[in-house]
Amino acid sequence: MRLSGFNITSLTLGFAFLYLPMVILVVYSFNESRLVTVWTGFSTRWYGELLNNQAFLDAAWVTFKVAALSSTLATVLGTLAAYALVRGGRFAGRTLFSGMIYAPLVMPEVITGLSLLLLFIGIGLERGVLTIVLAHTTFSMCYVSVVVSSRLVTFDRSLEEAALDLGCSPWSAFRLVTLPIIAPAVISGWLLAFTLSLDDLVIASFTTGPSATTLPIKIFSAVRLGVSPEINALSTLMIAIVTLGVIVASLISKQKFVQQQQRERQIDNRTR
Amino acid sequence: MKRVVVALIPYLWLLGLFLVPFAIVLKISLSDVAMARPPYLPQFSWSEGISTFLSQLDFENFTFLTTDDLYWKAYLSSLQIAATSTLLTLLIGYPIAYAMARAPEQWRAILMMLVILPFWTSFLIRVYSWMGILSQEGYLNQLLLGLGVISEPLIILNTKIAVYIGIVYTYIPFMILPIYAALHRLDNSLIEAAEDLGCSRAKAFWLVTVPLSRNGIIAGCFLVFIPTLGEFVIPSLLGGSGTLMIGKVLWEEFFNNRDWPVASAVAVVLVLILIIPIVLFQQNQQKQQEAEN
Repeated sequence: MRLSGFNITSLTLGFAFLYLPMVILVVYSFNESRLVTVWTGFSTRWYGELLNNQAFLDAAWVTFKVAALSSTLATVLGTLAAYALVRGGRFAGRTLFSGMIYAPLVMPEVITGLSLLLLFIGIGLERGVLTIVLAHTTFSMCYVSVVVSSRLVTFDRSLEEAALDLGCSPWSAFRLVTLPIIAPAVISGWLLAFTLSLDDLVIASFTTGPSATTLPIKIFSAVRLGVSPEINALSTLMIAIVTLGVIVASLISKQKFVQQQQRERQIDNRTR
Repeated sequence: MKRVVVALIPYLWLLGLFLVPFAIVLKISLSDVAMARPPYLPQFSWSEGISTFLSQLDFENFTFLTTDDLYWKAYLSSLQIAATSTLLTLLIGYPIAYAMARAPEQWRAILMMLVILPFWTSFLIRVYSWMGILSQEGYLNQLLLGLGVISEPLIILNTKIAVYIGIVYTYIPFMILPIYAALHRLDNSLIEAAEDLGCSRAKAFWLVTVPLSRNGIIAGCFLVFIPTLGEFVIPSLLGGSGTLMIGKVLWEEFFNNRDWPVASAVAVVLVLILIIPIVLFQQNQQKQQEAEN
């Protein structure tokens, strides 16, 4: 099929719209001037200033810690939840359970943040890294559970049953059969939870205390007053990391796909 | 037995960290403001029993929301901004999804990835990137002034227009993906048949393509409208002080005014408003699933 002129125009304009703002941000992060919108010359000065800014480095470390902890917890809880929902049959309170999985996905962040903060104050939990981790785990486990259950639904149940018939305990059937098959979904759930946590400003602002400032909180308070060259440099670094991560991930999954096809061909040849 | 444990851990987690907190919001929305820490007086305590609670129950925070202009104006303006930007996202997203569905097979995977990629980039940074473009001495004004299109810089940042741009920019993948999914499945021979039977190109588009992508359009609109309604980051970075949105009001009520009961009441009303589009969306998804099976 060939594209008409109209379709080419809408694709070009559409993708220009999606990517130009970020391209401009990256280009101007190498601008020498403090006045961000006036180009005076190429320089990596703002990257240097960024790396010397202890407050930013501290915030980056806090953010990383929170994301690593909460995404791992969320992956475990979300996978369990998905397993219970898809495989658990009918149990008391199932409707409430699935409602609680889907509600956080559509709940405005300001409300999730407010309600968790009121809970933490209510039970007297001191606010800091721990409370942000609890908050992030709660909403990202729901995303993980949605991703994993979509994989569990399409999964051939007879494989699990065969393992059970052959003498596996339910736990080892899960570990040896189910988990390897749903692993790609579990990994993408973890990645999603990790990026959601890295990205979150609103819920972290509500649930944090003076001891823990995350990168989005830091960025938000810096850019409220206007555009700043350090933030441009920081944004460029974050865009670069994400792009690199996505490219590596897609290369790995492509390689896996090719390997799997080879294996299937081998099995095919053998059985023939 | 083990099955029960498997379900119980996430169940209890969500009860404790999702349902109970929301119940607390509900409770505080019915409480009175106080100059104390925490800054509210509970409307009831369990020791006094339900009957005392019911006799003292008043909805003064909710009545307050209706008497002060600020709140209902903020709800209305959120609804208006969310509706307008959903429409704009549809108008801009549809041609992109359409062109993607018509693109050669081998391009489609790459085009899909290009639509999804911005998702993985920080939302905050994507909103921030427009501040430099739209400000008075920003890149857009420099370009237009340089080309001689305008003689005075346009004021876009800190207006509603900037908020629309920000919403369309950050939420457009949510619109493109479901419409693309619907158009992608569309059988081309139907359009050819319509054209053979004497429809013009445009008429075939309106009579065949648009109705058959209806489910994608509906899903995309809800996916943009629902999260936009409670949006905070976009109005506070791009909208300036003049743009009222309820997410921002809630934030300010809580952090600046420290009025927890009113902030909670604002939250409760927002959830009540959101239930309508969420239920409609669910129904649409279910209908679609049934149609597919």
